[in-house]
Amino acid sequence: MEALYAISTGTLTACGLYLTLRGRTFPVVVGLTLLSYAVNLFLFSMGNLTTHGAAIVNGTGDYADPLPQALVLTAIVIGFAMTAFVVILAMRARSEMGNDHVDGKKDDHE
Amino acid sequence: MTQHLIILPVVLPLVAGIVLLYRRLGRLSQTKRLISVVTTVLLLPISAALVMQASSGDVTYYALGSWQPPFGIVLVLDRLSALMLLVTAILAVGSVVYACGGDDEKGSNFHGLFQWQLMGLNGAFLTGDLFNLFVFFEVLLLASYALLLHGGGKAKIQASVHYVVLNIAGSSLFLIAAGVLYGATGTLNMADMAERIAQLPAEREGLVTAGALLLLVVFGLKAAMLPLYFWLPRTYGYAPAPVAALFAIMTKVGIYAILRVYMLMFSDHAGALAALEQPWVWWLALATLVMASMGVLAARDLRLLVAYLILVSVGTLLAGIGMRSPEAVSALLYYLIHTTLVTGGLFLLAAMIGTQRGKAGTRLAKGRPMAEGGGLALLFFIGAIAVAGLPPLSGALGKALLLNAAEGSQRLWLWPLLLLSGLAALVALSRAGSTMFWASHRGTPGGDPLPRPQWVGVIWLVAAAPILLMLFAGPVSDYTHATAEQLANPEALIETLLPATGDAP
Repeated sequence: MEALYAISTGTLTACGLYLTLRGRTFPVVVGLTLLSYAVNLFLFSMGNLTTHGAAIVNGTGDYADPLPQALVLTAIVIGFAMTAFVVILAMRARSEMGNDHVDGKKDDHE
Repeated sequence: MTQHLIILPVVLPLVAGIVLLYRRLGRLSQTKRLISVVTTVLLLPISAALVMQASSGDVTYYALGSWQPPFGIVLVLDRLSALMLLVTAILAVGSVVYACGGDDEKGSNFHGLFQWQLMGLNGAFLTGDLFNLFVFFEVLLLASYALLLHGGGKAKIQASVHYVVLNIAGSSLFLIAAGVLYGATGTLNMADMAERIAQLPAEREGLVTAGALLLLVVFGLKAAMLPLYFWLPRTYGYAPAPVAALFAIMTKVGIYAILRVYMLMFSDHAGALAALEQPWVWWLALATLVMASMGVLAARDLRLLVAYLILVSVGTLLAGIGMRSPEAVSALLYYLIHTTLVTGGLFLLAAMIGTQRGKAGTRLAKGRPMAEGGGLALLFFIGAIAVAGLPPLSGALGKALLLNAAEGSQRLWLWPLLLLSGLAALVALSRAGSTMFWASHRGTPGGDPLPRPQWVGVIWLVAAAPILLMLFAGPVSDYTHATAEQLANPEALIETLLPATGDAP
């Protein structure tokens, strides 16, 4: 399971990074979203991956580390707010600048 | 009551921000201004009291919900955080008063966002928890995104697209770094992490190194270290004046975070990992200094010029961190107070000059004479001397302390670069001043009289640093020296937060 988990996190990060480096705002926004998904997955794994652990400490046996879950929840909420903001900002930029390039200039090659 | 004083700098702006959202107050009413100014001014005595409390050398902490460290989230007050709170409060008073001169009416909710930005700043300076630091970073960033757009306009939107995207990517890196460090050490409390890093098994050293250097990237982005500073000049140059003035402390949040995290967690007790950031910070600081000096000389707009002056100060401060000795840290803290207040004041001044010059704005070109040119020129003269680091004002003292702190081969690099950057600032500022105030077109002076709050705000900021640091140079340098000593010996802080683990080295 570790390998699968690592591969999916890595793929998400790579795709997010590639899209973030694009020149237009829409791919950049999608890229940032993918990056934050990857980060959330990564945060889950930071307390080490365990399966069949109890969700709540019951005194016996192994239990899931609650801290990463709390952190992921915070990270999701903040990431969501940031994404909402950047979407609005991208739309504002599109309407004020007349194009959706991150530099606000039309690309001459296209 | 006194034990709750620590959380007031966070709660007070939060409550004020919520009250300011209340619609019935009206969009532009005087009530809003009154609430905002009173709250900000109240932060002054609060942070002064906290400085008094911290100056005894005791570290005090506030456990939220009485969850004791290392399990609960704590706010930690030591000399460094108290000092940063006070600087923030002084800067905020100047810029909020300035904003009441009309800038707050250019868009909605200026004062509410301003208060939340203060809350984020104060929280970031107080927190003793790595993840909580991330949360407060996000609070201050989200407020800053909205403040940056205050008033609208193409240039602002374009600058903020870059700023927002970069900072969101930076936040992702922060989370990854915090995750790695938690995975390796099993804690997020910074004092506890320092303990565990000191006893780290060898096989985890690589992981911690990766996490720590990732954190350096994040803080470097906030502080505008060399490869990560390209967002700064445009963002600061186009931000509304009071916002740009408040942003003068934002780069210092990065500086603070570097100081806090690396002096605490990677102190001399961290074994092989001690001072792992030092070579990076030192060389990048020098490179930042060079690039910023070139930017200062090349800037064709007063606001861009001031933005590059901020970069010069960032390079100078980072060089102080790169030297890492208590003398250097003491000098950099002294310089930090000075540079934050003066550059904040210069941003306000640049905007006032821009309004007075009408069409020419802040571009460094011939314009019409200014009706209130005399007062502006005087303030510009004082600000320029202070920021370039000429005697007799505070900048010179800060730089001299920093130059004095350099040892051995560090002198070879720091002395010429720091002195040349001062020269570059001097050349650029005198050219800017003579173009704007002397080389104007003939004709009758123009420009509406500037609102009184703007004068009050700008005089407050430009005068604060010289008065504070010249008249009280002795006490202030004693305080910064004690702060540096406290930072160099993090055992006291760790001992206070985690008394049970007294058996640690």
